[in-house]
Amino acid sequence: MTNAIITVNNVSKSFGGVNANVDIDMQVESGSITGIIGPNGCGKTTLFNSIVGYHPIDNGSIKFEGQEISKLRVGEIARLGMLRTFQQTRIYPKMDCVDNMQISISHRLDSKSSIFASRRGEIRDRAEHLLEFVGLYSKRNLISGDLSFGQQKLLELAMALMNEPKALLLDEPTAGINPTLINGLIDRLRRANEDLGITLCVIEHNMRVIMNLASHIYCLSNGYMLANGKPTDLQNDQRVIDAYLGGH
Amino acid sequence: MTTNINLPIYATLAVIGILGPIFFPAYTLSIAFLWVMVIMASTWDALGGQMGYNSLGNITFFGIGMYVSAIVQVSFFYEGGVGEYTSAMGSIKPEFTDAEYFIGLFLGILAAGIVGLVISILFSSFMFGLRGPYFAIGSLGLAIAAAEITITIDYVGGPSGILMPLFPGDIEFRSTFFYSICFLLAIASHILLRWLFSTQFGLAANAIRDDEDKAEAMGIQTLSYKRISWGIAAFFMGCTGAVVGNMIGFIDKEVAYPIPTFGIFMVAAALLGGKGTLWGPVLGAIIFHIIKDAAWTLLLGFQWIVLGIILIVNIVYFQQGIMGWLQVKFPERFGIVIDTSTTLVDSQRGDDAR
Amino acid sequence: MWDELQLLFVWAPVINIQLILEGIFVGAIFALSAYGLALVWGVMNIKNLAQGDFVIAGGYMAFWLNSLGLPLPLILPIVLVSMFFYGWLVYLLVIRRILDQDMFVSLLATFGLSLLMQQVINRIFGPEVQTVDMQLPVFDAFDNMVTIPSSKLIALGLAAIIAIAVVLFMKKSRTGQAIRATAQDPRAARVLGINIDRVYAFTFAFNSALCGAAGVLVSIIFVIQPFYGITYSMGSFAIVTAAGLGNLPAVIISAFGIGLFTKYCGFFESALEYAAPVAVLITVLLWRQITMSRNRQAVR
Repeated sequence: MTNAIITVNNVSKSFGGVNANVDIDMQVESGSITGIIGPNGCGKTTLFNSIVGYHPIDNGSIKFEGQEISKLRVGEIARLGMLRTFQQTRIYPKMDCVDNMQISISHRLDSKSSIFASRRGEIRDRAEHLLEFVGLYSKRNLISGDLSFGQQKLLELAMALMNEPKALLLDEPTAGINPTLINGLIDRLRRANEDLGITLCVIEHNMRVIMNLASHIYCLSNGYMLANGKPTDLQNDQRVIDAYLGGH
Repeated sequence: MTTNINLPIYATLAVIGILGPIFFPAYTLSIAFLWVMVIMASTWDALGGQMGYNSLGNITFFGIGMYVSAIVQVSFFYEGGVGEYTSAMGSIKPEFTDAEYFIGLFLGILAAGIVGLVISILFSSFMFGLRGPYFAIGSLGLAIAAAEITITIDYVGGPSGILMPLFPGDIEFRSTFFYSICFLLAIASHILLRWLFSTQFGLAANAIRDDEDKAEAMGIQTLSYKRISWGIAAFFMGCTGAVVGNMIGFIDKEVAYPIPTFGIFMVAAALLGGKGTLWGPVLGAIIFHIIKDAAWTLLLGFQWIVLGIILIVNIVYFQQGIMGWLQVKFPERFGIVIDTSTTLVDSQRGDDAR
Repeated sequence: MWDELQLLFVWAPVINIQLILEGIFVGAIFALSAYGLALVWGVMNIKNLAQGDFVIAGGYMAFWLNSLGLPLPLILPIVLVSMFFYGWLVYLLVIRRILDQDMFVSLLATFGLSLLMQQVINRIFGPEVQTVDMQLPVFDAFDNMVTIPSSKLIALGLAAIIAIAVVLFMKKSRTGQAIRATAQDPRAARVLGINIDRVYAFTFAFNSALCGAAGVLVSIIFVIQPFYGITYSMGSFAIVTAAGLGNLPAVIISAFGIGLFTKYCGFFESALEYAAPVAVLITVLLWRQITMSRNRQAVR
């Protein structure tokens, strides 16, 4: 691939005796939607954590827009323009939704004056617009901790979009969301990708969702990169089917 | 809160602040300590309540400020410097002209604040690598260490302390003068914090309190925010220390680093009023100060025990504080919207975003 | 400073032996108190800032019993039992209400408790420095350069016995197993029919008794004063921070380390003896931060 925004090269990570990731190679093309699948415990979230800087990696290199980031800390990577959402949704539970959104603006160009910027005006408009986009406008003044789990998940997505990242890593965006809403969510993710130009990298268990959404899919198994390719290729790949049906 | 609630509060505080010492001149210094408590509690809250970084060591800057102002005030116009002054154990009484005294005092207070600020920045990288209980204990350790180091420095009098320069003027003017400085400092700190927490800063602070990992993952420069909050607290604690040192007239380890008294009172006051709110610490400081003074006059001898019990009862049984309690009781007054229409059915129909 | 160094290494190296022995005595007390702190911290997530004041309370209790003329073999069990019940009472009145609160509440509540205990002790016994004189023989060695009161040896032996008893109790007894199970997973323990509330109450009372025992030893071999508790609290926190929760050998090694450091500091400048545990705490926190930041993490 020529135009990779995230390049993972030969990355390994082990916890104690458990090899969570072994020699992982992966590339996420700029402007694409890339999927990561694999059975539970195969190292998907570990890979995410390695990319965004939650723990040191044992060896290998991770590049974002050509810059080595495997030694940077979470905040520094976020300020380069790569965000992630959490499998266990994380929002600021004691603040209302609009405040949650307003504090999620991009901090890439933070200066001393933006720390003390007023809260009104353009930021608020954009916050409300994005809440509308994910369908939470009517809940905008509620304390976010009181929202249901699914609503919090949508709020977290909206917060990530508010940040205008270059790349967004989503950890199981549809888990815990009402099935009738999933189509709407897929639609919104696609629009975020097309209209806002955000590169998406999605961990997903729901095959229907990921096959619909992603243009390129990586499949992990037991910490190894098992296969990658277009959704249709993977659907027919015997190794992938084996991995999911308990081959090993 | 809306302005129509703020106005009467400001009016009441102004009445206490201005008329209090006029009608009750005997209590001028007591009311001065009321404002000291207000400054301590509100600046503690800027880091502790709003950001969730509960410091037990803000009193460090109070003590450092006290000593810094003593050094500046003595050595600015006295040739021999502080070392000679302290080693003479009070037998040297340098004569200051009025102008010299007041200029020295002004510079001393300013220097105290600035040194506090600088020290807080120097220690911030270390302190803010600590989270939760480690931050609280580490900051307490900082205060104890500062106190112990101070008494080993002979330059500032070691364990025997420093006698502050004599105030030129009669005792009544002296009280009124120091009272006014305390009052003005309280107003200044309040205005600064009020403005600060109406900007993006306030949101970032609350975000750090709610979930610091998330805030970091969203790219918020958490360290800068924490530094600013702690720096403000350090600056005001330094200035306050300088004023209190002059007000008492003599400083040593016990006066400068009152860890078991003011060091914990400021936290208790902020909790009593309700942490993380603009008015909570102010209200809590006032109530706490009144209880404290009442305990001193009515229960002399047992005042510490009574205060300890009040402290524990406050923390254990009433930790949301007065403002927190009011917010739960009358949420709509605070602009909190409760969604009664959907919460009932929400649990039945599961997750729904529309 | 130079004089002291010369004294230590050139003129009278046997002083080192004295200091090392003293350090071991202090370390034994730190070890008991730190083990209790780690136990309560690990089992019920309460960081007890009043830990040192429990030690001092035990010390004063021993002081009072001794002034009534009771011998040590009677004092120790009485203090153990009464501190146990005192701990249970504190649990019911204070600790139980703050179990589910955020960590700062527990710190602040126990700090308040610490102040209260200091003041009550101060009110009853006065602010003077006290010690319990057991009137036991004192051994001399190296031409009277090193003095070893037999009370200190007895105290060290008692500390060892208590430590072994505690370890056996935690490993073998039903209650000890229940405590360890609760520490690992309170919810699972509850499902298996363990009464969590009682386990918590017992753990806190047990810690209190442990501190009481340490306090008896302090009163015999050192001095007690109503406001000395914070030193033991800080030292215990330093030890637990360095050694981690539930790692007994590490706790003992750290405790002896901090004991030695304290005594050597005190030899150079007596005022530093009080500050040494705080200095160790800050150093440990700094060191932990450096190691954690290599893992891209903060100390929490």
